[in-house]
Amino acid sequence: MEGAAPVADLLITLAFYGIAYGAVLYLLSVGLSVTLGLMRFVNLAHGVFAMAGGYVTVAAMSRAGFPFVPAVLAAAVLVGAFGMLLERALYRRLYAAPILEQVLFSIGLIFVSMAIARYAFGPLAQPIELPAWLSARVNIGIGVFPAYRIFLIGVGALVSLAVWAGVERTRFGASIRAAVDNRRMAESVGINVSRLFTWSFGLGCALAALGGGLGAGLLPIHPGYPNEYLVYVLIVVAVAGLGNIRGALYAALAFGVADTTIRYFLPDLGRVVVLLLVMAVLFRHPHGLAPKTDA
Amino acid sequence: MRTTRALDGLVLAGLAAFPMLAPGSLDLGARMAILVLCAMSLDLLVGYCGLITLGHAAFFGAGAYAAGIFAVRASADPVAGLVVGGAAAALLGLLSGVVLLRSRRLTLIMLSLATVLIVQEAANRWGGVTGGADGLQGIAMSPLLGRFAFDLSGRVAYVYAATTLAFAFLMFRSLVDSRFGQSLVGIRENEARMHALGTPVGARLRTAFVISAALAGVAGALQAQVTEFVALNAVSVEFSGEILIMLILGGAGRRYGAFLGAPVYVFMQDYLAREDPANWYLWIGLMLLAIVFLAPGGLTAGVAAIARRIRGRRS
Repeated sequence: MEGAAPVADLLITLAFYGIAYGAVLYLLSVGLSVTLGLMRFVNLAHGVFAMAGGYVTVAAMSRAGFPFVPAVLAAAVLVGAFGMLLERALYRRLYAAPILEQVLFSIGLIFVSMAIARYAFGPLAQPIELPAWLSARVNIGIGVFPAYRIFLIGVGALVSLAVWAGVERTRFGASIRAAVDNRRMAESVGINVSRLFTWSFGLGCALAALGGGLGAGLLPIHPGYPNEYLVYVLIVVAVAGLGNIRGALYAALAFGVADTTIRYFLPDLGRVVVLLLVMAVLFRHPHGLAPKTDA
Repeated sequence: MRTTRALDGLVLAGLAAFPMLAPGSLDLGARMAILVLCAMSLDLLVGYCGLITLGHAAFFGAGAYAAGIFAVRASADPVAGLVVGGAAAALLGLLSGVVLLRSRRLTLIMLSLATVLIVQEAANRWGGVTGGADGLQGIAMSPLLGRFAFDLSGRVAYVYAATTLAFAFLMFRSLVDSRFGQSLVGIRENEARMHALGTPVGARLRTAFVISAALAGVAGALQAQVTEFVALNAVSVEFSGEILIMLILGGAGRRYGAFLGAPVYVFMQDYLAREDPANWYLWIGLMLLAIVFLAPGGLTAGVAAIARRIRGRRS
C-alpha cells in the first residue's frame, strides 16, 4: 500500500486486501455457522481445526515434500475425517447438554490442542513457503497485487459457490436446510439427522482446515492460533446470524474490508473502533443481520 | 437452611483461621482470596443468571487499572482505591451490559470477548497513563486505615484481602438468598416464563451485571494494591478463561464454588506449572474435559453428592 497513490487507487487496494482477508475468514467460520445452526453447538474450538489444517499443510510441505496445493487438500481431507471422528466420539454426547458444558468442552479442546501443537512444532509461528507462482505480483487491470491474495480471493469465490450449490441444489443441502429449520420435522420425514450431523461437521472442519492451510501466509500458524482468531470467527458468525450460511460470506467480506480500511486510517485505535462497530451492529440487531435459528 | 448457615460460618472461620494455619503462605492466601472474589463475582452471572461470558477479565482489569492509576496520581489510600476500582468496573459493566445483554449464547460470548479486547487495547495504547505493555508501575500504598503498613510477611495484605472477601461474601450471600437472587435463578431456568410473570428481566440482568462487574473490579483493585503492580495480562482473554475455569472447577451456582475452585486451581497451577510448565495447558485442558464428561457441576457437586450419601445411610 504505497503512500502517494491517488485516493481511488488506495480504496481499491484496501478493498482488495480486505476481501482477501475476508475470504480466509469465510473459510474459517462457515463450518461454525453450520454447527451452530444445525446442532446448536457453541463450538469455540472451531479454530482448532483451522490450526490443525495449517500444521498438516506445513508438515506435508516441509517433511513430506508435498507442493502447496496438494498439501492443503490433504490437510482438508485429513482434518475433515478427524473432525467426523471427534463428532462421533465426543461432540455428539454434548448436543443436549447445557451451553456451559459445550463452552467448557471447547475450551478444554483448545487448551489440549495448543499443548499438542507446542509439543510437536514448538512455540514459534511456522513459516510457510509459498510456491513461486504465488509469490509474484500480478497486474489484474485495476492494479498490481500479490498473486497469493488473488489466489485466496479466487478460492474463496469457488468455495462459496460450491457451498451455495451444495446447500441450495443438492439433496444433502436440502436435508441440512430442513434440519436447521425444524430438526424434529426433518427427522420425522425420514432424514437421517445423526448422519447429517457427522457429515456436515466434517465438511465444516475440512473448510476450516482449508482456510488454515491456504491462509497460513496471512494468519501465521502458531500454538495460540485457536484463541487469537476466535473472536473474529465468532464476529462473522454472530453478525451473519447464527446458521446463516450465505450471510457468513457477506459478513466475512464486510468485516475483512472494514477491518483493513479502519486499521489503515487509524493504526492506533483501529482495533478498538472495529470492535465498537461490531458492538453497535449487534446492539441494533442482537440476533445478527439475518438469523436462521435462535441458537 | 441450618446447614447453609453453618457452612457460611465455616467459610468465614476458614478465612479467619488461615493466618494461624499457614503463617508462611500469606502471599499465596491473599492471591487466593482475590481470585475467590473474582470467581464469586462471575458466579453471579454464570451460576445464577445463566449468562455465559468470557469477559470477566475486562472488569477485573478495569478495577486494577483504575485503582492503580488512582494510587499513582491521586491518593495512596487503599480503601479509597478499592471504591474507585469497584466504581470504574461498575461503570464499564453498566455500559457494556446495555449492549451485551441484548444477546445470548454465542453472540454474548463474542461480545464479552470483544469487551476484553477493547479494554486490553485501550490499556496497551494509552501507555502514558497505564504503562502500556510494561505494566503500571510506581504504585506505593499508604498504610491501611492510616495505621497498618503493608509488610513483607504479607500479613496486612492477607487480612485486607480476606476481610474484603468476607464482606463481599456476606453481600453475595444475602443477594442470592433475596427475592432478587431468586428471580435471577428464575430467569436462568426459564426467561420467557419470568417475562410472562411480569419480572423486569432486562433490568434484573443489567443490575446483576453491574454488581458482578463491581465485585470483579474490587478484586482487581485488591490485586493492584497488594502487588503494587498491574500487568497488561490482567486484561486478557486467557485470564477470562481462567476465572471461568476456577468457578467451574468449584461448581457454578453453588454458593461455595468459588471458595473451592480458586484455591484448588492456584494449587494445581503452582504444582503442575512448577513440575512441568510447558504442559500446563495440556493438564488444564484434560481436566476440563474430565469435568464435562465425568463430573458436571464441579467439586461442590461431588462433595454434595457424598454428603447426601452419608446422610442417606444414617437415616
